[in-house]
Amino acid sequence: MQQKFSTVIVPKTGWFDLNLKEVLKYRDLIFLFVKRNFVSKYKQTILGPAWAIIQPFLTTVMFTLIFGNIAGLAPGGVPSFVFYLSGNVMWGYFSGSLSSTANTFVANSHTMGKVYFPRLVMPISSVLSQLINFGIQYLFLAVFLIYYTVTGQGVAPNWWILMTPVLLLQMAMLSLGFGVIISALTTKYRDLAMLVGFGVQLWMYATPVAYDMFSMGAFAPGGKWHALYMCNPVTPAVNLFRYAYLGIGSMEWEYYFLSWGVTLVVLFLGIVLFNRVEKTFMDTV
Amino acid sequence: MEELAIKIEHVSKQYRLGAIGGGTLQGDLQTWWARVRGKEDPNSKIGSDTTLKIGERFLALDDISFEVKKGEAVGIIGHNGAGKSTLLKLLSRVTAPTSGTISYNGRIASMLEVGTGFHPELTGRENVYMNGAILGMTKAEIDAKFDQIVEFAEMEKFIDTPVKRYSSGMYVKLAFSVAAHLDSEIMVMDEVLAVGDMKFQQKCLGRMGDAANSEGRTVLYVSHNMNTIRQLCKRCIVMDHGRIIFDGDTETAINIYVSSTKAPRIVNDCSRIKRNKAIIDGNVSIQTITFRNTDKPFYSGGGPVQVNVCYTAKRHIPNMAMRMTVEAGDKTVVGLATSKACISTIEGENEINLSLSIDWLAPGKYIIKLTAYSVNEFGTNLMHDVVENACAFEKRQDNDANNKMGWNHTWWGFMMFPELEVK
Repeated sequence: MQQKFSTVIVPKTGWFDLNLKEVLKYRDLIFLFVKRNFVSKYKQTILGPAWAIIQPFLTTVMFTLIFGNIAGLAPGGVPSFVFYLSGNVMWGYFSGSLSSTANTFVANSHTMGKVYFPRLVMPISSVLSQLINFGIQYLFLAVFLIYYTVTGQGVAPNWWILMTPVLLLQMAMLSLGFGVIISALTTKYRDLAMLVGFGVQLWMYATPVAYDMFSMGAFAPGGKWHALYMCNPVTPAVNLFRYAYLGIGSMEWEYYFLSWGVTLVVLFLGIVLFNRVEKTFMDTV
Repeated sequence: MEELAIKIEHVSKQYRLGAIGGGTLQGDLQTWWARVRGKEDPNSKIGSDTTLKIGERFLALDDISFEVKKGEAVGIIGHNGAGKSTLLKLLSRVTAPTSGTISYNGRIASMLEVGTGFHPELTGRENVYMNGAILGMTKAEIDAKFDQIVEFAEMEKFIDTPVKRYSSGMYVKLAFSVAAHLDSEIMVMDEVLAVGDMKFQQKCLGRMGDAANSEGRTVLYVSHNMNTIRQLCKRCIVMDHGRIIFDGDTETAINIYVSSTKAPRIVNDCSRIKRNKAIIDGNVSIQTITFRNTDKPFYSGGGPVQVNVCYTAKRHIPNMAMRMTVEAGDKTVVGLATSKACISTIEGENEINLSLSIDWLAPGKYIIKLTAYSVNEFGTNLMHDVVENACAFEKRQDNDANNKMGWNHTWWGFMMFPELEVK
């Protein structure tokens, strides 16, 4: 008589065997990881979570001085401080999630080598931890937006701000997808881990964070490099964010849909790859 | 039919020897480029004298099959590299088998290490939740067990202190306590009880025993400590080189494990046994130990155990002494016998006969550790040579001794006094 077993371990799973139900069962663990990431990050610091604001604030001040005032890359019409702050907050969420998911396997190999839990729990909790940071920075940004709107300095938030959750979801999915692809490859090739920091930096300059793309001839609509430039899936998202909150620039929806398409493909590829390595990566990490 | 908790069918796990692809993309590309040009791989190791080549495949587990019934406590013993830990890793799903199937019922709590996921900055309380969740508990379950966990660990006072301020003992006690209170049907443990003080170890063993006997949970326990194996498990699996060589009752299993440590032989070549260079001066090198006046190193009654020792010396030592440490198979030291400091040694080859009386030694298998030393004028011992696991012998029980009861070392120790006189 054959006995039924609740769990059967076999050597390999198929390409698309994603056990999301199991991930859901471990949701308590996800929240604990998020809490741990947040609490341990600011333990023994005097300023605590204020650091989540100070970092983008200082970057923004620097950008305003160097790129805005000295190089003159900020657009007219709105204060350049709030232009750079909005770009930094959006970009910060994407790059933060990307770099923290990218080293998931290597950074947590110690824990993962000793006990089983669905491996996807780790990158998901990294992305969620970044969401807390984003929340704090978003409030900070809101204060300035309200101030500039009330004092009438050209800042004009509109109904598109209702798209914010969709934007966040997209950035989360995109960074999760890229991060997971990199983390799956870094289990074998550590070189990629070195590249991530540099790559993210470069990527920022390919995205209109430190400058206004509409006043750069080649990148602006109708410019020579415009189509190529807009293939960067983060660009339309940053544009939409500024369009909604500052009322500047213009939206080209075909590129925004393209950016969603890229996001879905990357996330899909990432999860398939992750699935392939998650069972045996402990042997190579 | 009794209900099975774990069923393992033809499981193998293969590893590649050596660093995998050098670990970098550059390394892999170099290897590939060298192969394209037909040159030697620049990343293969040079001058490694192992018989297995780098990149060659090696089976850490070789076609393992066994079943464990619900509520059974099974010990797994074997030498280092026998595949015990690999087996536990597969069971706890840290990595997947290369072939074969593992099926089980219920949750597995794996304790390959205590305190997995403990974060030094978090307090004891936060870490209990963290660790519990990693081991597969939900928050509600931990809430319900929290007080029990803290009480078991005896940590009420320190639970809100970051664990980086804990002593290592406190750390381990808390971690073990979390794992022991999991509501899992199967517990998998790798020598985690080798921590904490004696009192806590006994408490842990008791807890594990309860889990298996009264709560009907299944326990798989890997250890090199035969005493805890005896205490906890009725069934025991002996592994060697990735295979199961015995599966049955604990005493027989331990005997098999112990005798595979050192087989009793008449002639024992000691020249190849590794010495601890830090404690010896190397003036003497013991070459062979040969049992005399017997055709097998098995004794009944008082022996004596007579051996012939051949050794070489680098210089003349006028008054050398020798001593024999008798150890049981699980490395428990049974006793020591010392010779007089009157062995005159010349430069070159020497030979000497030693005789050890074993009148009071209990039946069982024993291993001899032989030391050659001399005492200088200040009373300090100078070790010339120390040979661990030099040779093994067995004392067999007289048929009529102890009213034909088999000797059990756990209960009766290693000394058998002369028969009680009834007057």
